[in-house]
Amino acid sequence: MREVIFSVDDNKEIARDIYRLALSGDTSGISAPGQFVNVKLPGHYLRRPFSVCDWDADSLTIIYKVIGSGTHELSGISRGEKLSALISLGNGYDITASPKDSVIVGGGVGVPPLYGLAKHLTASGKYPNVILGFNSVDDCFYIDEFRNLGLNVKVTTVDGSCGIKGYVTDAFNGEKYAYACGPLPMLKAVHDIVLDGQFSFEARMACGFGACLGCSIITASGYKRVCKDGPVFKHSEILWEKDNG
Amino acid sequence: MADITTRLSGINLDNPIIPASGTFGYGFEFSELYDLNILGSISIKGTTQYPRYGNNQPRIAECPCGMINSVGLQNPGITQVINEELPKLGKIFHKPVIANISGFSVSEYVHCASLIDKVPNVGIIEVNISCPNVHGGGLAFGTDPSSVSQITREVKAVTTKPVYIKLTPNVTDITEIAKSAEDSGADGLSLINTLLGMRIDIKTRRLVIANKMGGLSGPAIFPVALRMVYQVHKAVKIPVIGIGGISSAYDVIEMMMAGASAVQIGSANLVDPLICKKIIDELPEVCERLKISRISDIIGVAE
Repeated sequence: MREVIFSVDDNKEIARDIYRLALSGDTSGISAPGQFVNVKLPGHYLRRPFSVCDWDADSLTIIYKVIGSGTHELSGISRGEKLSALISLGNGYDITASPKDSVIVGGGVGVPPLYGLAKHLTASGKYPNVILGFNSVDDCFYIDEFRNLGLNVKVTTVDGSCGIKGYVTDAFNGEKYAYACGPLPMLKAVHDIVLDGQFSFEARMACGFGACLGCSIITASGYKRVCKDGPVFKHSEILWEKDNG
Repeated sequence: MADITTRLSGINLDNPIIPASGTFGYGFEFSELYDLNILGSISIKGTTQYPRYGNNQPRIAECPCGMINSVGLQNPGITQVINEELPKLGKIFHKPVIANISGFSVSEYVHCASLIDKVPNVGIIEVNISCPNVHGGGLAFGTDPSSVSQITREVKAVTTKPVYIKLTPNVTDITEIAKSAEDSGADGLSLINTLLGMRIDIKTRRLVIANKMGGLSGPAIFPVALRMVYQVHKAVKIPVIGIGGISSAYDVIEMMMAGASAVQIGSANLVDPLICKKIIDELPEVCERLKISRISDIIGVAE
């Protein structure tokens, strides 16, 4: 964990209420796709956790959805402004696994960290299928970015306005290993139909680095902190307790 | 250079800065960022007799200038804390720590205190009395002077270490509780714990916190904490550790002028993990700017 003061290069809407924030600053310490950063926003006490979509040595991309007052505040920040972020938080995806029949599955604002994952997997010669699920065509983003990595991408929308009508599970083609990120019902549905994989969770958190225990969830190996022990958990660790929110 | 050392019950602190229980774990996450030995002491995560999984999600809600938590005393239990966490902390932090203990019955407090008593790197036992008394209708121990008196006496009876009672602000008259602890043998007081609060998600019309209510902390509660430290310092002779929303060296000075011999930094650690280091670095200079040559001279000077 490190605090970095980033400079905002760009912050623009790329789909309905979905923004891409491009930051420049020293990203050393970020070690795996699926890690997140915790961003301080003016007028808000707690930092806001966002998954890292993409990064190189001196730049970072975050994609976020405007949902509450914090993300609304963030959407108004413009080029040249500074943002404090704690970086290299969480474990991220393990890209050393070499599963057969694997698929990247993203739902809505769960898609961004999977882009960084896809870049790393393709760089090491692995080409999993990709399924991206959205509510409607207006919500879709990053489909071409995944395709430009040379990946086979299927899109699903709930209303059928883009790609296959239905949910991500309707686009499965027998894959048994999933790299997944998305809303809890999607994660659960995917967890049910694959045999193994890695699933990224989100939770309300205060610190983001393991101190407050605000984000603990029940797993097969006891209570785990989503921020520090996760956010990516292995298929076999995950329990679907209602206590987990 | 101003003298920023202070004392708690015969223990010399290099400075008055102590991370507060529940906001610092056992220090390990923060030791990635700075050498913990710069701290005055550390109040470790509250410990109960048995492991506790804590409350359901969500446990956190943001507030104007603060936050609500309802973690529910998640901890690995006294045995693991003594056998694993405290020795591990002792390897990286070479000063006496404050062991925060909690219980849901008087016997649980006594059990934890009697075991902690034998741990060499514990300097002070801090007794969190904000827990509900399961044998007393669920009311927090800390709201009833006779319960506070009983816990204080029985914990004191099983340890030779200084015992500090950590007071809840959710009472009508905090000085009554403070005096009850002092009269029963407490060596010091820590205050305040969090204020009971709540948030509602107005879109879903549901309470944000799964456990409905939680503890409000952060700068929002600083003036309340300051007032209570002031009142309690006037009412008792034992030392007071001031806690509640402290976020800067100036807040430390203000809290000590209200009557605190040392302070604990809580929620601020969660939004700025370097805050304790920053405050310790700034404190001598802030003292000099305010013409304070020895910080212990300002304890309770405000009139």
